[in-house]
Amino acid sequence: MLVLENVSVSYGAIEALTDISLEVNQGEVVTLIGANGAGKTTTLRTITGLLEPKNGRITYEGKTISGMAAHKLLPMGIAMSPEGRGVFANLSVRENMEMGAYIRSDKKGIAEDMERGFTMFPRMKERQAQKAGTLSGGEQQMLAMARALMSRPRLLLLDEPSLGLAPLVVHTIFEAIDSIRAEGTTILLVEQNANAALQHSDRAYVLETGRIVMQGDSKELAADPRVKEAYLGE
Amino acid sequence: MDTFVQQLINGLTIGSIYALIALGYTMVYGILRLINFAHGDVYMVGAYAGFMLATYLGFAANPSIFGFIVVLFGSMAIAALIGMAIERFAYRPVRKFSRMTTLITAIGMSLFIEYLFVFIFSGTPRSFPSLLPNDNFTLFGNATISTSQLLIFVISILLMIGLQWIIFKTKIGKAMRAVSFNLNSAKLMGVNTDFIIAFTFALGSALAAAGGVLTAQYNPKIEPLMGIITGLKAFVAAVLGGIGNIPGAVLGGLLIGAAETLVVGYGSYIGIPSTYRDAVAFAILILVLLIRPAGLLGSNVQEKV
Repeated sequence: MLVLENVSVSYGAIEALTDISLEVNQGEVVTLIGANGAGKTTTLRTITGLLEPKNGRITYEGKTISGMAAHKLLPMGIAMSPEGRGVFANLSVRENMEMGAYIRSDKKGIAEDMERGFTMFPRMKERQAQKAGTLSGGEQQMLAMARALMSRPRLLLLDEPSLGLAPLVVHTIFEAIDSIRAEGTTILLVEQNANAALQHSDRAYVLETGRIVMQGDSKELAADPRVKEAYLGE
Repeated sequence: MDTFVQQLINGLTIGSIYALIALGYTMVYGILRLINFAHGDVYMVGAYAGFMLATYLGFAANPSIFGFIVVLFGSMAIAALIGMAIERFAYRPVRKFSRMTTLITAIGMSLFIEYLFVFIFSGTPRSFPSLLPNDNFTLFGNATISTSQLLIFVISILLMIGLQWIIFKTKIGKAMRAVSFNLNSAKLMGVNTDFIIAFTFALGSALAAAGGVLTAQYNPKIEPLMGIITGLKAFVAAVLGGIGNIPGAVLGGLLIGAAETLVVGYGSYIGIPSTYRDAVAFAILILVLLIRPAGLLGSNVQEKV
């Protein structure tokens, strides 16, 4: 579904990603784990067109998307819940969700999806009239995910959804990821919390200083001694 | 008391114009963190566009409400196109560079428009035709309000309500608010942010042009450099209200207008001659920057130019 071939990205003279190749297939949950600064967010920003790759090619459903304007990807079915949640703090919760459906004009479908989002995250329903900036970190994360789903994406990119959240909230977020997947949405999950990410995914890539150093089945990687030592704290 | 009411009416009249222009400064700042110094010149362009429409469509010879409305909306439309052109050809190419680059570009754009108009129309002031009957209505006491003043109030208020409606009740307004908070997040929602930015310039420019036409009904002398001082005062109004804050721009505009005419009316009692009227706004600017840099309604102190 999504294929990155030898993608390199630089910030000025500094190379942030070197020869990244990865693949996400229809229906999978693929996770990209790695330490802070390994290039996880850069990878997602490059996929969504916020950054331009220096080399390499990104294709989605057979079409080259590298170098495409960011706002053209959502209509193709790629939605992202950005790092630091990126919710519009000055808009209400409801308006944030409406922004998620910005490219759609079917009022009825939008209303249905709004209800679906509220069912997945009942907290959002309670707070729909509140400004997003007044939500807690966990609630903002829920909102960012609910908002990303409003476009009915086929591929959902999640950037560090559990970052800085209390364990109980992290649990809620990963449950939501499972249920999004159950509805048939393909997910590329970028996480620092390797433990949870490996448990809730099919395949994984390990990123270290801009390179993919390991890849494979999530269960196998979780059992790999090197991964255990470096990322699972065992 | 009568003089006070009279001064207040005069002040709020000018203040409404400042407010209309300040809205454009504040909206563009809100979205791009750019002080569009050419914005005062768009106000001038609006006045000239109105002048040309009134002259060539024959409304100058046969004034009517209809003619006035055509001139008003016509000049707003022309200014909107010019505002979009300024954004497209001057600011968009330098948007990714440093803040200083865009600032210098804005100053250059401002000078370009001013002297382009001096070149085309010469620096000699023109007299804007009066499109409406200019009656005076006596309020209580001896204070009077003229048709053009009344018109400035009513139209400014209607335009501001219209703007409020666009920003808070329409999809494009929601996108504008989203873009002003986080441009990249808005892109991820599928928002064509270039279009939203162009639309913001169009909206701000149209309001400035309305200000130009309305002012010209009140004070008919128009000339190519008329946008400099008025534009600067409107900019101060935007800063006073809290740049980036829309109600703040309106409040700032009205306060600057009122302060200015009150100095003209009463300044002599405290030793400020009325010739200092133009200095008032800038004295206020200095005070705001010293005491409350975020402005009256601004919430967070943001980096200023």
